[in-house]
Amino acid sequence: MTQARMIRARLAVPVSEDRDHIWGPRAAPVTLVEYGDYECPYCGQAYYVVKELEQRAGNLMRFVFRNFPLTTVHPHAERAAEAAEAAGTQGKFWKMHDILYENQQALEDEDLMEHATLVGLDINRFVRDMREGRYLNRIREDFLSGTRSGVNGTPTFFINGLRHDGSLDLGSLMTAIEEAASGRR
Amino acid sequence: MSKDKNKQETSGADSPLGHGVPAPDFKLRSTQSLRPDRETGAPGATAPESKLQTLPPDQFISLSELRGRPVILVFYPADWSPVCGDQVVLYNELLPEFQRFNAALLGVSVDSFWCHSAFAKDRKLRFPLLSDFEPKGAVAHRYGAYRQQDGFSERALFVIDAQGTIRWSYLSPLDVNPGADGILEALEALESKREVAA
Repeated sequence: MTQARMIRARLAVPVSEDRDHIWGPRAAPVTLVEYGDYECPYCGQAYYVVKELEQRAGNLMRFVFRNFPLTTVHPHAERAAEAAEAAGTQGKFWKMHDILYENQQALEDEDLMEHATLVGLDINRFVRDMREGRYLNRIREDFLSGTRSGVNGTPTFFINGLRHDGSLDLGSLMTAIEEAASGRR
Repeated sequence: MSKDKNKQETSGADSPLGHGVPAPDFKLRSTQSLRPDRETGAPGATAPESKLQTLPPDQFISLSELRGRPVILVFYPADWSPVCGDQVVLYNELLPEFQRFNAALLGVSVDSFWCHSAFAKDRKLRFPLLSDFEPKGAVAHRYGAYRQQDGFSERALFVIDAQGTIRWSYLSPLDVNPGADGILEALEALESKREVAA
């Protein structure tokens, strides 16, 4: 049997300034990529870990979020991802991203409308984008790039292109990021 | 665990089947049919339910009946165990991708039909789960993917071509969800081989 995949999985689609949602300094030595699902409770926990990392290692890293909605077990995940992307078009991706993760129990369509209002989106445009499913293709592209990269559940993190197979607590991610920054991995 | 030999020592599995060998045929009770649903035309219709059913429906899938299309055979240890929960959910999401290759996806474990049915319903699975139940683990054993000392199968993936030959296989550590990238690459390799042959 093939054992080759014991080698750590790599990000199949490199981070793109044009396409990806990127938080943090462009020249940061470390890029942390998350494939996440807005309705997944583990992603909800990881959200606060990433926030803490941004605080503590903000000068070392930039953070990229890509969608990986597991729609059959998380029926609101795709809709929430659409809402974040729709906000992204209006320059408010991270605001919406934060609100979604801080309110994982409020992901019904009417909740998304409230979030959109709170974020300060052009509501007519938001409603139209949501109705037309304008970002579904992009979300599917994210999902497939994740699959190709060896994403095997949510959340999955990549640090400088290599899948982080360790624990997702603050300490182990922080260590991994510091090691990546000092070129030790 | 870099060598199959070491793997064998730690897991106690039979030696796993290599590539290019005929896939052993089997016929197992299934939660779903692979034939299109008569009503909706959708593949993977669920077996009809009956309130007072004491015997599972007579619904079986054999490997030989799938000749002519690639088969993704997924052995996993048990329904409800935390890792394969993710694994089957991921494959469920990827059904449209697998269908692009006209591939049939089959999940196999030693769980009974009733357990499989409840699990499939809970996870909203749209592909068949097969019961390698009696004699227990016989099919996993023939694929070299049975853990004798544990009484369940390895987490092992096989991609079988349209002629019934194993073209790719992967034995995952028991606690690691192997993802789907290897399966997709194997299906692509089959496709490109077919194009070259055509």
